[in-house]
Amino acid sequence: MSTVKPGYIRPLDLKHGRVELSHGSGGRAMAQLISELFAATFDNEYLAQGNDGAILPAAHGRLVMATDAHVVSPLFFAGGDIGCLSVHGTINDVAVMGATPLYLSASFILEEGFPLADLKRIVESMAHAAREAGVPVVTGDTKVVQPGKGDGVFISTTGVGVLRDGVDLSGDRAQAGDCIVLSGSIGDHGMAIMSQREGLEFSASITSDTAALHGLIAAMLDSGAQLRVLRDPTRGGLATTLNEIAKQSGAGMMLDEAAIKVNPPVEAACEFLGLDPLYVANEGKLIAICAPQDADRLLAVMRAHLLGREACVIGEVIADAHGFVQMKTKLGGRRVVDWLAGEQLPRIC
Amino acid sequence: MKYVDEFRNGELACKIAANIKREANSKRVYRLMEFCGGHTHAISRYGVADLMPSNVRMIHGPGCPVCVLPIGRIDQAIRLAREHGVTLCTYADTMRVPASDHLSLMRAKASGADVRMVYSTQDALKFAREHPQREVVFLAIGFETTTPPTAVAIRQAMAEGLRNFSILCDHVLTPAAMHAILADENGVEIDGFVGPAHVSTVIGSRPYEPFADDYHKPVVIAGFEPLDVMQAVLMLLRQINDGRAEVENEFTRAVTRDGNLKAQELVAEVFELRDSFEWRGLGSVPHSALKLREKYAAFDAEKKFSIGYAAVPDNKACECAAILRGQKRPQECKIFGTVCTPENPVGSCMVSSEGACAAHYSYGRFREVA
Repeated sequence: MSTVKPGYIRPLDLKHGRVELSHGSGGRAMAQLISELFAATFDNEYLAQGNDGAILPAAHGRLVMATDAHVVSPLFFAGGDIGCLSVHGTINDVAVMGATPLYLSASFILEEGFPLADLKRIVESMAHAAREAGVPVVTGDTKVVQPGKGDGVFISTTGVGVLRDGVDLSGDRAQAGDCIVLSGSIGDHGMAIMSQREGLEFSASITSDTAALHGLIAAMLDSGAQLRVLRDPTRGGLATTLNEIAKQSGAGMMLDEAAIKVNPPVEAACEFLGLDPLYVANEGKLIAICAPQDADRLLAVMRAHLLGREACVIGEVIADAHGFVQMKTKLGGRRVVDWLAGEQLPRIC
Repeated sequence: MKYVDEFRNGELACKIAANIKREANSKRVYRLMEFCGGHTHAISRYGVADLMPSNVRMIHGPGCPVCVLPIGRIDQAIRLAREHGVTLCTYADTMRVPASDHLSLMRAKASGADVRMVYSTQDALKFAREHPQREVVFLAIGFETTTPPTAVAIRQAMAEGLRNFSILCDHVLTPAAMHAILADENGVEIDGFVGPAHVSTVIGSRPYEPFADDYHKPVVIAGFEPLDVMQAVLMLLRQINDGRAEVENEFTRAVTRDGNLKAQELVAEVFELRDSFEWRGLGSVPHSALKLREKYAAFDAEKKFSIGYAAVPDNKACECAAILRGQKRPQECKIFGTVCTPENPVGSCMVSSEGACAAHYSYGRFREVA
């Protein structure tokens, strides 16, 4: 007769086990993965409801919703991993709209054979990032694909937030004379990823800047400065984000190259690979466009926050029907800072 | 960034600009060709033109490796990947060069061909070692700078007995192209050359001496940083004003008269001259490119897969040919910036950031509307 207690189920082998197709097929194996890994790690009252969706309390104000898929390679990099990145990325997309992020959803596409230990690390990193940000993951989904049909793990997250009263931020609101403020150095995330790419590994002390910006943004909104546009320059880098704003607003921009901070290791790595840091991705920086008379007040508030210590005015919005983003170079000349053409660095976020 | 920032310094740029202005005779125009795409890029990227007097005109030369590849050469590579099922490895910019039938290596890849971007010949070699069941072909392009690494890879493949590795050799020679530009009777008027930087580290400054001696054109070899270019312009202006035609070397931190003898020996051992080679823009130029020596024939993809070369005419509206000869400026092409953009290049000069059209489009096009 079996000596095993009735109702006992052998726990998931989170040390040596691997993802199997059954983990995504809706059966007992999937239920076990959800309860022993996802629900146990994310651990919040909404997830504990255990239903197909989460029932959330009524929110007061207009809602903001944003979604982001994450396919970064490698999955683990200096300064972070796909887990915390998928939390920060979506929180930032909600926050730059001027909203307070409230809840996240997460869906995982796992490749059969992926080590459960790595999955655990990723989920723990997500849970830590979500807890630190005060934005719980309240619902989720898991699918498993055959080997070769995915790349370990893909994570899609969606965020919901509530907009503050009186906040009106939009990419089409930049006006001639406005100041363009950048919260810190550029290119750190993209080059941290690049330096660890297979075939390219070079030793560099570059750490991803991945971070949730909603705290910094809340302080900026509290300052009373007239903010017109907020955006996080992720894929395509600073150059592409500024071109998006210029196009939406029907205005031009004049940047000052000397004011744009690039950390020396990032600058050196870019030089080495022939990349322009203006086009390299960031995951913890923001661009703010504000009325010129409020720039000093905004800078003071930003510099008092950990994630905005190096905030700086990098240029101004100018009247230009062609919508050119231009830059005064350190050399003393002028150039266009164009949209990114083609693909500079694939699979960075 | 030490050793680089010094050559991008704004204060020094102001001083050199003042000297250039003083040296330039306002009663004449100076037409200077920067041969290399690296110089074209530096001039555009740093806005060097804003610091120069209007009578000093920079003419962009053909020294951009992907720009001078004719359509037929890309077609050859695409054929190898699609019809012979090889894994085709090449440098990034080459992937986007337009070929026949609205194809490029990038589009061939999207439609299922095995095309891979590599950072060096060593990556291609490594891939071949690790995938002995695959035929790996490296599309070897570029001027004298990229030739020695290809030679090293061929020698390694030979030593290792690597049977699944070969190259499609499109390596070309700088002095032959300069000669073709100067020998063209209907060609553009040039008062002097800003000579190649990286190419000269390999071949030295000696090969340019005939251009000074026989054609009486001053040549100043310059580094790829903006202050290098400006200093070279100043040196060229001085030569022109003095009536001198010499080969001078601004890039003394890397270039000697004889160059890198070891690299030259290596290249000579592996490669020999082709009788002639078709360039985009310059047409068929005698003794202007390299092929593998008979000893290394087993690594020559043209022989291994018996694929011949067929010339293909450029798109009729595209002015790349005239731009590569220095006869037209990018903005004088009817399709510049409209039909032909970096996202959808019609001609090869719109592909690489070293190409004259892409450099002007990406960095300088505000000048036309100002």
